[in-house]
Amino acid sequence: MTATFAPAAPHPAGSATAGPRSALGVSFRGLGRSFGEGTARRTVLRDIDFDVVPGELVAILGPSGCGKSTLLRAVAGLDAPSAGEVLIDGTAVEGIDGRCAVAFQEPRLMPWQSVRRNVALGLPHGTGKAEGDARVDELIDLVELGAHASHRPREISGGMAQRASLARALARRPGVLLLDEPFGALDALTRLKMQDLLLEVRRVAPATVLLVTHDVDEALQLADRILVLGRTPDREGATISEVLTVPGERPRDRASAELARMRSALLESLGVDSHRH
Amino acid sequence: MALPGAHTTTKAEGSAASRGGATAAARRASRQELARRIGLGAVVPVALVALWQAASTLGWVSAVALPAPASVVEAAGELAGRGELGRHIGISVQRVLIGFGIGAALGLALGSLVGLSKWADALLGPTIGAFRAVPSLAWVPLLILWMKIGEDSKVTLIAIGAFFPIFTTVYLALRHVDKNLVEAARAFGLKGLKLLTTVQLPAVVPAVFSGLRLALAQSWLFLVAAELIASSMGLGFLLTDSQNNGRTDRLLLAIILLAVIGKITDALLGVVERKAVTRWA
Repeated sequence: MTATFAPAAPHPAGSATAGPRSALGVSFRGLGRSFGEGTARRTVLRDIDFDVVPGELVAILGPSGCGKSTLLRAVAGLDAPSAGEVLIDGTAVEGIDGRCAVAFQEPRLMPWQSVRRNVALGLPHGTGKAEGDARVDELIDLVELGAHASHRPREISGGMAQRASLARALARRPGVLLLDEPFGALDALTRLKMQDLLLEVRRVAPATVLLVTHDVDEALQLADRILVLGRTPDREGATISEVLTVPGERPRDRASAELARMRSALLESLGVDSHRH
Repeated sequence: MALPGAHTTTKAEGSAASRGGATAAARRASRQELARRIGLGAVVPVALVALWQAASTLGWVSAVALPAPASVVEAAGELAGRGELGRHIGISVQRVLIGFGIGAALGLALGSLVGLSKWADALLGPTIGAFRAVPSLAWVPLLILWMKIGEDSKVTLIAIGAFFPIFTTVYLALRHVDKNLVEAARAFGLKGLKLLTTVQLPAVVPAVFSGLRLALAQSWLFLVAAELIASSMGLGFLLTDSQNNGRTDRLLLAIILLAVIGKITDALLGVVERKAVTRWA
């Protein structure tokens, strides 16, 4: 494995081959989602109004089952909202949206294809062979899977599979990168390294990032703003309970006092007693 | 910057290196395993032939009901000498392969269509289910009436027999493809035929092959049915013809040939299956 990648310099292949798409803004307008019909109807999300600035990294935090993934799926066009709409760069999302790319909680790689072919799956439709090959090479280098490009997903570790999944998402040159707890199933050490990698990737591929997470520290470390979803006792369905702007340049000092205060406040808003954790 | 995940690479690289060294030993072990399997598999057939020989030499059964193994071999030699044996085997194998090929292709195509499309399922599902409920031999009189006693009617019957096992396995397997994988592929803009060939068909390869093997067995079954009823050539014809002439030796010969050829075609398909399953699963 080589460490030739220079973080500060833009990647030559990236600039030669049409360059990454620029980051796009995302707007939620009165978004709601309910499942079921009649008396079995259950509201998961309601009244989501929020604007994500192009290039911003927004973490979506909330207790499990509060609709974080549902919100993300609405942006990707994998799921249609019951109310309101999602706008990307001012136009509404209708069906699977080519401006987004998703990395899921599980890597979801095709088990019968090599890491390389899996990454290539993310290339936008109609990408030429030479251009696609160059892009895939570049991304495999970026996520440092060069030595394992010909391996099958079952032959690599969980962390490597998640890096391949991230590379596949980046292959799409997304204007909006949607990350659905992509590091949630990894061990603590690998998770920290993946968080560093994400910051690294952001320097090369300037996309707007929506990151669903249940990890308060991850949100504080990575996000420009944190959007907290929560329920009120009187109404069904979760909505935005808080929006926090996280101060400081990344990578942030994990021991900073200000972040520690925000951490306590966030844990409290999630219903956890921060003095015990 | 520190290399993210660099610690994880040593493990996989180590196993890749040891994989190279282990292959020779593994190949030797698998050869021994193969020899052991062949040896064990031969025990029962050899014992059966011995028992058969004993039954005829010791006169337990009359030579008319059960001729000695040697006279079956002799019958084979005689038929082969006249060139009839090769013709019977050739035409039967040809019918099975063509019928199986047509039935498998149609089963794969329709199974994919009905397994993937809710519309096609609603439209075609009940009809195909009803046709499946017809015992396939019930088609014989109709096929003969329509297509006369030629190759077409036999091949069609075999194709019908091969169609349903494949249709059913493909249809059911497609319903159970990992929804997460399909969703991931859809999120990357794959749809329709491209989604089918990239995700859904590879995911059902193991199921398709178990369907193909069932279908091949069905093809031989329907071959004999077709040839017993109406034919002038083939192993099924050899069976009825020998029954009519009281040639038990040729009858036994036809049965043994069906067993051996059926087993060989199944084994060949099994080899392809193992290759495909390691490639796709």
